[in-house]
Amino acid sequence: MKDLESNKERDAIQRRALLSRLIFLVPGVTYIVVLMLIPLGFIFVYTFLSRGTYGGIETVFTLSNYTRALDPLYLKVLLDSILIATITTLLAFAIGFPVAYAITKLPAHRQNLMLVLIVLPFWTNFLIRTYAWIVLLNTQGFLNQGLMKLGVLSQPISLLYKPSAVVLGLLYAYLPLMILPIYSALVRIDPAMREAAVDLGASPSEAFRQVTLPLAIPGVLIGGIFVFVPSLGNFIVPELLGGGKMIMVGNLIRDQFLKARDWPFGSVLALSMVLMLLLLFFIQARINKRILGVNHA
Amino acid sequence: MKVSRAAIATAALAAAVLVLTSCSSSNSTSGKLDPKADLSKQVLTISNWAAYMPDDIPAKFKAKFGTKVTVTTHATNEEIMAKLTAGGDSGIDVAFVSGQFAQALAAQGLIETLDKSLIPNVANLYPEAANLAYDKGNVYSMPYSWGTTGICYRSDLMKGSEPTSWMDLLAPKPQFKGKVTMLATERWLMLPAQKALGYSINTQSATEMAKVKDLLIKAKSNLLAYDDTTFYDRLVSGEAVMVEAWDGWCNYGIAKNKNIKFVIPKEGSDLWADTMVVLKTSKNKEAAHAFINYILDKDVQSWVIDNILYKVPNKPAMEKSLPALVAQYPNMGITPAELLKGESIVDLGKASALYTQIATEVSTK
Amino acid sequence: MHKIGWLRAPLYATLAFLYLPIAVLMFMSFNASDAPFTWTGFSTKWYSVLLHSPLVIEGFKNTLIVAVIATVMAVILGTLLAIGIARYQKSSILEAIALTPAIFPDLALAIGLLALFATFKLSLGLHSVILSHALFCSAFVTAIVRGRLAQIDSSLEEAAQDLGDSQVGIFFRITLPSLKPAIIAGALLSFTLSLDEFVIAFFTDGPSTPTLPIVIYSMVRFGVSPEINALATLVLLVSIVIVIIAQRNVKVQDSL
Repeated sequence: MKDLESNKERDAIQRRALLSRLIFLVPGVTYIVVLMLIPLGFIFVYTFLSRGTYGGIETVFTLSNYTRALDPLYLKVLLDSILIATITTLLAFAIGFPVAYAITKLPAHRQNLMLVLIVLPFWTNFLIRTYAWIVLLNTQGFLNQGLMKLGVLSQPISLLYKPSAVVLGLLYAYLPLMILPIYSALVRIDPAMREAAVDLGASPSEAFRQVTLPLAIPGVLIGGIFVFVPSLGNFIVPELLGGGKMIMVGNLIRDQFLKARDWPFGSVLALSMVLMLLLLFFIQARINKRILGVNHA
Repeated sequence: MKVSRAAIATAALAAAVLVLTSCSSSNSTSGKLDPKADLSKQVLTISNWAAYMPDDIPAKFKAKFGTKVTVTTHATNEEIMAKLTAGGDSGIDVAFVSGQFAQALAAQGLIETLDKSLIPNVANLYPEAANLAYDKGNVYSMPYSWGTTGICYRSDLMKGSEPTSWMDLLAPKPQFKGKVTMLATERWLMLPAQKALGYSINTQSATEMAKVKDLLIKAKSNLLAYDDTTFYDRLVSGEAVMVEAWDGWCNYGIAKNKNIKFVIPKEGSDLWADTMVVLKTSKNKEAAHAFINYILDKDVQSWVIDNILYKVPNKPAMEKSLPALVAQYPNMGITPAELLKGESIVDLGKASALYTQIATEVSTK
Repeated sequence: MHKIGWLRAPLYATLAFLYLPIAVLMFMSFNASDAPFTWTGFSTKWYSVLLHSPLVIEGFKNTLIVAVIATVMAVILGTLLAIGIARYQKSSILEAIALTPAIFPDLALAIGLLALFATFKLSLGLHSVILSHALFCSAFVTAIVRGRLAQIDSSLEEAAQDLGDSQVGIFFRITLPSLKPAIIAGALLSFTLSLDEFVIAFFTDGPSTPTLPIVIYSMVRFGVSPEINALATLVLLVSIVIVIIAQRNVKVQDSL
């Protein structure tokens, strides 16, 4: 009797588990499959087609789009973009981590307010904010004029239309995307764990390094991806703050789709970028597993 | 298990997409247009650049014809082209696009041949306006505005060294280095170099374009920036002394600083035109024609001259508005005959990819 | 207790950095002439021009509608998916799929979506924008919640399960509350991203219901005018008001 009952129980539990699994996974996955994978399918098919004489798609099969993507010209753009995006991401981390940490130290009711303050500037239009930087930094702009009036400068310095301006613009654009995930990871680290480490004889900096930092790493890695990826794909900042003198992957893809109206080639570039980033993501997942140890929820 | 299912799904997807993309959308309502159609039953959606036509046009058009007009905006030709060519019905009846893009749309079978019997105001156009290379005879597009490209500069900051040649822009004197901008849009990016080297602005020759590329790369080191939108303001602020500019836009600078002047370099320049086209997917073609006719009205086109400071290919409108403006804005006085000396910009067909490639190469150096 | 102490410096310096361009654009919104880069005198005329512009008001309204609905959808989809991956099907492939909308170049995604809508003859309008925004916003929510889940000790949930609590009960009483900061962070991020998103909105929107970024981008024909800066300033002020109201009415629980 008892065995039968425990069998029935086990079945019930398994059915509930399956139901739970479905409830949690199905909505999100279906949504993404329909709205993401089908468009992806279109883009994938486009990569094998040819550009029509006046643009768009011609259903003529070709592999030339792929071979063209290997041209050193595009590899150079990719490498330059990766360099700029990496610098931006590192800076975002250098600034974002202390800021996120600082927020966790605030009294609880102030934390949400501070998060909103960080995010609020981003509720104004990105284009407008970028133009504001031009107002600030151009040779006749506020910063130069101000410094010249103060006697610090005799000649205006050129701050815009160079790679450093692009890094500044991208950093400004994506900093909150670094701060929010790190905050989310840090905020729940049980302070008792840190105190325990200190009680056991660790110095504050050791406690930070051994306890706080490792637990923050998932948030840091996510923040890193959130900053790196859009930095690669942004085409406004290189155009406005870089003066159009350098292009990044985002400009490249945009140019192919919009200017050359070469959708097949643009699709190849877009797909390559996605694959590269997915690779990055898998590496990030690996690092996550290794640093955080085996036993993981 | 998962992997092979994914593979099958992908293959099915690919097959489906292939079938769908090769089906042409034959959504067009074919057949002649009805001159007596009841326009109050039709609805128009127009896509145009912001502030490029009078704000009260929807209201006035509705009052006159009973048609509801919605205006949607696009910032660049490229954006609206992508929307119109992506397949399906964009919901747009009349689009304002530059001439060479109208040509591309026509080549892809996306726009209507215009029924001139419904556009009597076509008589307002200068005879030269029927001679534009991207659409000779204005078969599928009507020109809305036109002009040319040249060098816009601060005469007071360039005394004694006023530019006369495209090379003055591409290889400026040492005191002007770093104070020059060029247009970023591909066709106009290439223009100064093409003209300086004596080539056609519509050249499809790879050897010629390679030389153009070299010249542009050399010029890049002298540039402040590539700028399509704020170049005349840089002249006003003094950040730049010499910029590549469209004639109409130079007038915006002239309006703010009388020392700014416009010159067409001696090697010659282009002829650009913005046009109106009717989409084949439109279900309101009679209203669309009535709209185009309305726009070609002398007073509406006069508004463009007075407010946008562009030249229009509309004879009565130019005769009405020009006298008041030509003293302050000399380039408004360029006659149609003189404009036609410039090369009309046409679509490059397969060579478009070459131009984009070169633009990419120039920007990576 | 560990106070904020010296960390105040980077925090306030960063806030200054973030708000510097905001201060500039607010300042420039009072520019007398429409020179985008040079100050030519004080004037408030652009604000009245703006408030009489129905296109701008329409754009603002549409953007809010899209951002709110897309955020709600993104939070639901993203949280469920994150929990599903963390608790029931730990698979790197699923995680990658969940993340793809965030890393796919927006222009290519926009064109793909347009092709999708055209194929299924879905008309374009705010609904197509909402669907598209919910897609990439959910990816961000999934990532943030997933990161948070990686840290949570699941023993609490296991204990509740052993004690016979139902899955639903566990979900609402234990899992969800412990995910609150991550969900809030994800929602905030999602709303922010949708509010200012241009590329996908431009291609998936219908011609008669522009969102604010679309209106603004088309207005920036000659660079940014004081009218546009005035617009940004107003949007900011409205956002601040909304936040203040929300702060007053929503009790922030200290169960953090």
